[in-house]
Amino acid sequence: MIQFSEEKLNKVKEIVARYPEGKQKSALIPVLHIAQDTFGGWLDAPVMDYVAGLLQLEPIEVYEVATFYSMFNLKPVGKFLLEVCQTGPCMLNGSDDIIAYITEKLGIKPGETTPDGLFTLKPTECLGACGYAPMMQLGKTYREHLTREKVDQIIAEAKQQ
Amino acid sequence: MGRKLLLEKAHVEGIRYYDTYRREGGYRSVEKALNTMSPEQVVDEVKKSGLRGRGGAGFPTGMKWSFIAKPEGIPRHLVCNADESEPGTFKDRYLMEFIPHLLIEGLIVSSYALGSASTYIYIRGEYAWVADILEQAIAEAKQNGWLGKNIQGSGFDCEIYVHRGAGAYICGEETALIESLEGKRGNPRIKPPFPAVKGAWDRPTVVNNVESLAAVVPIINMGGEEYVKIGMGKSTGTKLISACGNINKPGVYEIDMTISVEEFIYSDEYCGGIPNGKRLKACIPGGSSVPILPANLLLKTAKGDTRMMNYESLSDGGFATGTMMGSGGFIVLDEDQCVVRHTMTLARFYQHESCGQCSPCREGTGWMHRILRNIETGKGKSSDIDLLWDIQRKIEGNTICPLGDAAAWPVAAAIRHFRDEFQWHVDHPEESQTRNYGLAHYADPLQVPVTA
Repeated sequence: MIQFSEEKLNKVKEIVARYPEGKQKSALIPVLHIAQDTFGGWLDAPVMDYVAGLLQLEPIEVYEVATFYSMFNLKPVGKFLLEVCQTGPCMLNGSDDIIAYITEKLGIKPGETTPDGLFTLKPTECLGACGYAPMMQLGKTYREHLTREKVDQIIAEAKQQ
Repeated sequence: MGRKLLLEKAHVEGIRYYDTYRREGGYRSVEKALNTMSPEQVVDEVKKSGLRGRGGAGFPTGMKWSFIAKPEGIPRHLVCNADESEPGTFKDRYLMEFIPHLLIEGLIVSSYALGSASTYIYIRGEYAWVADILEQAIAEAKQNGWLGKNIQGSGFDCEIYVHRGAGAYICGEETALIESLEGKRGNPRIKPPFPAVKGAWDRPTVVNNVESLAAVVPIINMGGEEYVKIGMGKSTGTKLISACGNINKPGVYEIDMTISVEEFIYSDEYCGGIPNGKRLKACIPGGSSVPILPANLLLKTAKGDTRMMNYESLSDGGFATGTMMGSGGFIVLDEDQCVVRHTMTLARFYQHESCGQCSPCREGTGWMHRILRNIETGKGKSSDIDLLWDIQRKIEGNTICPLGDAAAWPVAAAIRHFRDEFQWHVDHPEESQTRNYGLAHYADPLQVPVTA
């Protein structure tokens, strides 16, 4: 059953109230973030339809937004999404090696998920941490100044969670 | 030591929280503006200050404010652009993370000047923890009477809301940002109408960068006439530079725009030189969109003058021999780096970030990426270099928003200054897979001591 808890529905109401009357569509991206966090880390069509109903939008209005923004996953992803930046400044500091190392260590190619469903590797574009390169985004946090040892540590920590 | 106006207190313990920030003199500019100045006077001070937009375009902030339409009975909005996504740029994140109340303070004064009772901070979705920090700062400011109804008894009402994006560089473009704020895809709008007339929800809207809005605080505190005295020429005040790439001390620095590029790279106060005693090959001084320059043109202009870290000096020589201040994302490449590979990663970035609305950008960015990837991996032809030049020329100026230009310029500048490195990749497809081209004649004019 796709249904937000009472607490989350109140949060949605609070978000909608930030925008002018009748402009509840403005709450779409913030609400999609909540939906993705709530329903397994990705946006399945029924989830998007639920959000559409909640905000009184046509489902297509939700689909066209969800497909535009790179943070919304339209396919299932692992419990831990390793988003490694590969743009210029990170490349200068060895992001290619970090991506290759994760590929080798987890036995998956970029874009793939490990068979146990734990890890997805997603090379990504600039995340605004260029001075702390190489780096990855993991959930709500950034892991910076990556080395092979740090990657080992991040993966070990995740497995224990 | 250069003068600091924004980050002077950034390292005071506890400055992230209201009590410390207030004790250190925070929110004085709100008291001054709301109690002793009219909104027009605030706009005038910002005009006098010569402040130029810190997001990349460098347009005078006070002038932008003066364009806002004031139709009777229609609310106006200020939107803070915190969608920082230009490769090499991480200054706004630093400011918001370490001294969030400075931004909130600047937003209150600016909202007063523009008559915005509902102000939004559009922050890139990936900066999730920074959004939490801002929301906490807003709650603290509200508890202490700096937001809400009748602020400080002035009759001015204002609320600030944080709005997280979801991963799209294009939303840093102001009309795409407005579309995204309205809950749509980030497709830039055709201008006119400009946001100052018809912006968010068709209401008059001003979109300003984080750093520009934070700079309003010292401008109001010291007065526009004092602010103008800091800096050089039309580069007034201070600028945050986020330095990265091959340097000893990457990080965010506040400069007063009177120092040379050479000092910025080599002095211990700033970047601290290049690791392992390597030589400087090239630099992109203002974020990935601005032209890359080889060392010799970076440190001195074509006329032989010392190049300074300010708007005018960095753009001296136009695109033929100069570059731009841009967003202040300062990317340094040492002698071992490959310009072709670096340019390829930027082309891939722009392909990924093109919104797809205009054909020259949607198709051209992909073509440029694929051709560059071929050259980089030893599958290029000599004619590819001319083809790249041709494509970038046909993107530039032919799109609704500046993303097309931003994608074209790095490729153009790389070919303009480093053409023989591209040619070497084509002529030596195998060797280019085993080593990089090196420094060649992009002479680093500085003597580097042998000890590393």
